[in-house]
Amino acid sequence: MLFSPASPLPASPALTRRGVLAGGLTLGLALALGGKRARAAGPVGTFDPPATPNAFVTIAPDDSVTVTVKHLDMGQGVSTGLPTFVADELDADWSQMRFAFAPADAATYANLAWGPVQGTGGSTATANSWMQLRKAGAAMRAMLVSAAAAEWGVPESEITVARGRIRHEASGREAGFGAFAQAAAALPVPAEPRLKAPAQWIYIGKEGVPRLDTPSKTDGSATYSLDVRVPGMLTAVVAHPPLFGARVARVDAEAARAVPGVEDVVEIPTGVAVVARDTWSAMKGRDALVVEWDDARAETRSTQALVADARAVFERPGTTAFASGDAAGALAGAARTIEVEHVFPYLAHATMEPMNGTIARREDGGYEAWGAFQIQTIDQASVAAIMGTTPDRVRLNTLFAGGSFGRRAVPGADWISEAAHILKATGERAPIHLVWTREDDMRAGHYRPLVVHRVRAGLDDAGRIVGWEHRIAGKSIMKGTPFEALIMADGVDATSVEGARAMPYAIGARRLTVHDTRELVPVLWWRSVGHTHTAHAIETLIDELAHAAGRDPVDYRLSLLEEGSREAAVLRRAAEEAGWSGPGEGNGRGRGVSVHTSFGTAVAMVADVVVEGEEIRVPRIVCAVECGVPVNPDVIRAQVEGSVGFALATVLREQVTLADGAVVETNLDTYRPTRFSEMPRVEVHILPSENPPSGIGEPAVPTLAPAIANAVFAATGERLRSLPLDLSAGRGA
Amino acid sequence: MIRFQLNGREAALDVDPDMPLLWALRDHAGLTGTKFGCGIAQCGACTVHLDGAPIRSCVTPLSAVDGASITTIEGVEGPVAEAVKAAWRDLDVVQCGYCQSGQIMSAIGLLTQTSAPTDADVVAAMDGNLCRCGTYQRIRAAIADASTRLG
Repeated sequence: MLFSPASPLPASPALTRRGVLAGGLTLGLALALGGKRARAAGPVGTFDPPATPNAFVTIAPDDSVTVTVKHLDMGQGVSTGLPTFVADELDADWSQMRFAFAPADAATYANLAWGPVQGTGGSTATANSWMQLRKAGAAMRAMLVSAAAAEWGVPESEITVARGRIRHEASGREAGFGAFAQAAAALPVPAEPRLKAPAQWIYIGKEGVPRLDTPSKTDGSATYSLDVRVPGMLTAVVAHPPLFGARVARVDAEAARAVPGVEDVVEIPTGVAVVARDTWSAMKGRDALVVEWDDARAETRSTQALVADARAVFERPGTTAFASGDAAGALAGAARTIEVEHVFPYLAHATMEPMNGTIARREDGGYEAWGAFQIQTIDQASVAAIMGTTPDRVRLNTLFAGGSFGRRAVPGADWISEAAHILKATGERAPIHLVWTREDDMRAGHYRPLVVHRVRAGLDDAGRIVGWEHRIAGKSIMKGTPFEALIMADGVDATSVEGARAMPYAIGARRLTVHDTRELVPVLWWRSVGHTHTAHAIETLIDELAHAAGRDPVDYRLSLLEEGSREAAVLRRAAEEAGWSGPGEGNGRGRGVSVHTSFGTAVAMVADVVVEGEEIRVPRIVCAVECGVPVNPDVIRAQVEGSVGFALATVLREQVTLADGAVVETNLDTYRPTRFSEMPRVEVHILPSENPPSGIGEPAVPTLAPAIANAVFAATGERLRSLPLDLSAGRGA
Repeated sequence: MIRFQLNGREAALDVDPDMPLLWALRDHAGLTGTKFGCGIAQCGACTVHLDGAPIRSCVTPLSAVDGASITTIEGVEGPVAEAVKAAWRDLDVVQCGYCQSGQIMSAIGLLTQTSAPTDADVVAAMDGNLCRCGTYQRIRAAIADASTRLG
């Protein structure tokens, strides 16, 4: 089901093919040039980039231009950014632009950065759509011009298009796009339409292009996954095991079944589901449920033991992820060495909208699901496998996500698979709307891994880094998932070492090893993935080395960076905008700096901190970014501001801990995201660039923690390496 | 049967009086603009107005609104609501947007009480509304903008 953000999801989402075609979509399909939208998903493995770009652009008789957005919008603004590419090349007026989320169809809507998989992540949405959607817009423009020229009997070369109007100056003819949509649809799609030169852009890189999703998100009309209402649907909540790896031993559902509104209680692979007529009844039914769990094969360690076991794997040789020169020899000959350890806790994504999903059996025997799907291809295949059908018989409707930060991109498709299991266990008699409470969401795992770093660096007499030995212990995110083959090479999970493998600094000899831990806690990518810990380990150690060498942290970094590099450029800019004159004199106030490249984007930050007692406050962050062509400067600023707000709590306090295997932090009173009163003033400076656009959803996260930690050192003289920064622990040691 | 005013109209819901107002609105009144975030009044995504003042609907039993007037994001109107929504639009405050119904209802509550809030007033009114996307800087600016619009 495609829907326009301007109109809420139809109250009765069609469960039949006929219903879908009758529901206002008919017109759109008829005019979708190329007609590729209606195509069924092809099998994974037969990837072929779409030849007809207009699977992405639909022009309606009312002149509206709807861009089919193949990515999940979890807040990062793709539902504005992708239409920007089309609008610019099409010379549309911004007020004409609409968007609709694409159906699951990997053959047409694959992420071109990933291969034959439709999905969103790794800050690739803008980068992989850049040429695809510019070409789609340019092709559509060329076809409209051809159609107009034919209709008016004038040469194409005499036709101009501007702000959504097609004109022929000499004859005074003028029309909107809608007038020629039908005729244009019959024309061949130009394979290589001419694209604008950067100087001709009217929206790309310009200020004043408002987000298309703002209106519906300010009046309550935006439809999120949890807002889906399917006729006859029942709401399910699930009693999950209290420990990772535990299973149901015995269920007494009598009291639960007696709760008014409860329709069924069924056992599924992930627990026991209570199915009821509304959410509250399902929750009350679950409260009344008695389940005994079999913990025999469950994870029962506490956080302290997990950290100790992670340290213990350093005793065994790791897998080499990078080696250059003789690092051990260089360190042995160094004038001075510094060895540090950092411990990084599990982190929950804690999206504002907890995980949920809805699924129904269609009259034609296929299935239809609604949710904030982030890897549609995997979600579709997972549902198909559970229901015993083929992926093409599973229709997915992607809706707005109330945040993700990586959580909705699950290789095991956990939440929609759970909904499918409930549908199956209840005999497919009613659509199932699965709701996770906050406690369910917090306890379900899929955390940023618990990681321990040990780094030893050696300086020569001149303060140059002659050797660097870096060891990382933690659980691989990718091992045992469908992405293993794609991302792992030579036994190394690239997401464990990203940010530490390629370093921008001049370092004599260097060795990086990974050491896998074994645990049952599910781990997952979490906004900026491996960079969340590698950047912190590196950028705090560089700061220590600068201090040891008696150098200013900015000057020291610049001396190690290649002249003319993007890192040097953003660092200089951030220092200049912040009025950098050194880290400060202490007395509870300090400044820190960091620089890091991730997802193709270079970021530098200067943090000001104030330390009072054990409390760390961060009044100001100055940030410089180079993310290629800045497609929408205001969205870039918003992503950087938001990244600071998102990441700040992980610096100050956020962590998921286990007590005898059970998750301790189960709601937002104990796992506490950043609040309004804590938000720093964030100043964002975007460097001009002609590089293709790179990521912006994640790259401003990794630099925050080290900038603040380095500022805390400047303020207090205390080196807090592990996260969250805990001054009470530092002083007690 | 619980009877109350809902967005200016008479409403009557025949459901468990212990049901939180949030779930009554979402599952029985068809108003999904009010969001579920935590269920324990920690995040503010469920904020609605009871007789004009912001409350957390996730911890307010339906029985407590009997005879009262409830306003949700779908029904809130008037000069303050218009100023706040306009400021939110002009500054493109939203990212994922899930918390924004609650943010806007809290901001309208604040500016209804005082159209020229101090910084302490703003913090007191907004610190209970979490935004995981970290849009706080723009929320602050939008409240200031709305305050200016209200003169």
